[in-house]
Amino acid sequence: MIPAPPTLRFDCVAREFPGGVRAVDGVTLSLSPGSFTAVIGPSGCGKTTLIRLAAGLDVPTAGRVDAGTTKRSCSLCFQDPRLLPWRRVVDNVALPLELVGVPRARRHASALEVLQAAGLAHASRMLPAQLSGGMRMRVALARALVTQPQVLLLDEPCSAVDEFTRMQLDAEILRAWRACGATTMLVTHSVSEAVWLADRVVVMAHGRVHADHTVRVDRASRDRSDSAFLGEVEHCMRLLAAASGKAAA
Amino acid sequence: MSARAAAVRAVGWPLLGVAIVLVAWQFGVMLSGVAPYLLPSPAAIARAMWEGRDMLASAMARTALGAAIGFACAAAAGGLLGSVIALIPFLRRSLYPLATVLQMVPVVAVAPLLQLWVDNGLPMAILSAAIVALFPVLAATIDGQASVDPGLRELFKLHGATRLRRWWKLDLPWSLPATATGLRIAAGLAVIGAVVGEFVSGYGGTRAPLGIVIQAAMRDARTDLVFAAVALTTVVGFALFGAVSLVGWLLVRRWHASAVNDSEERR
Repeated sequence: MIPAPPTLRFDCVAREFPGGVRAVDGVTLSLSPGSFTAVIGPSGCGKTTLIRLAAGLDVPTAGRVDAGTTKRSCSLCFQDPRLLPWRRVVDNVALPLELVGVPRARRHASALEVLQAAGLAHASRMLPAQLSGGMRMRVALARALVTQPQVLLLDEPCSAVDEFTRMQLDAEILRAWRACGATTMLVTHSVSEAVWLADRVVVMAHGRVHADHTVRVDRASRDRSDSAFLGEVEHCMRLLAAASGKAAA
Repeated sequence: MSARAAAVRAVGWPLLGVAIVLVAWQFGVMLSGVAPYLLPSPAAIARAMWEGRDMLASAMARTALGAAIGFACAAAAGGLLGSVIALIPFLRRSLYPLATVLQMVPVVAVAPLLQLWVDNGLPMAILSAAIVALFPVLAATIDGQASVDPGLRELFKLHGATRLRRWWKLDLPWSLPATATGLRIAAGLAVIGAVVGEFVSGYGGTRAPLGIVIQAAMRDARTDLVFAAVALTTVVGFALFGAVSLVGWLLVRRWHASAVNDSEERR
């Protein structure tokens, strides 16, 4: 039985880099179990540092991050695909399981299952160089899901793809989130994407939480051309503009 | 471009270049009237090679054996030592500069010392070849493993990989193209090292390798035979280089840009 997803907590978390740069400065956030939270903000506001702290790739200089789970059940999808060029797609997807010693037959079955769900089964024997940029990113997402994570961290996974591929990837992220039910945190530059995917949008500026907004459009009735959805996007845009002004100041 | 046309282009142009040089050389010697002991013509060298074919074939086999075993030792030691040094930062800081300094010492200068430690003949040729070929493999292995994409290292860290597992599954395959380059350089150097070892140790009689053939032919003023033996050392070097290049290409042909671009250019 898969355990219930945990709460992801940041308690007064700070991360100061040598030279006195405070990328994250006293962030307190609590992401409820199974929720989908998007973090937006101007460049350099500390979004990526925050997600790296959640993934355990960096350690806070103050405060505490509690992913409420073991390291293995926390997964991160990076900005770039980071696929091993000499490995076939299926072996790339199976890598996280391989690194924790899951037997070959089992990890391949899991990888193929995730690829099947993502509509990538036909590419399982291909090498990364044979895939388009969008497909590589989908493979990276599949790799993040193969461990059946309870906490899923997405660091701008759509930043390097065109608009159409971005929409495909968004749909894929939503499908994956519904399937695994993980507590999910997405860092993005796209306000529209944040509103489309998340229940909650956190706006950061200067390493701090500038605004915390709950999306009021029901997930089932979200339509990118609907006025209620566009109104939410506009509201978040205003929050972001205010945060950007604050950052510039 | 068809595969046949690509093969003709890959082999045909270099062969044409060699043919032009040989023809120019032949006519240059004939027209200038230069003494054969100073510069024999390609035809005279070919004749010497044909007349001494049995002795030269045996000499080439001996030199090739010394160079190949020396190269194999350097490849194994360089790859292993390079991996250990790349894996342990303390060793990289302390041993790598030392290895760089040691490779500056000319093998000709230390060859007499080597005679104290190993027997003359084949062991000396092997050791000399291994010493000369070691550094390129060592340096390429260390640099290749130190240049692993930090993003991929982070991926392995994220999934809790141990250092040893990361080395096996990431550092080693990532560094293959760089190591293959080091091995190709080492292949050519191994032949030079073997011949230097033969010059110094000298084992003659019926077991003379190319280095000794060159020395004996020089004493007898048989410049044509010297050229013939030198040409055969080049053949040994080329064969070793070709074999190593082929293995390297087979290992990375499907994924590394160097091999993929090469295939696309030929198309």
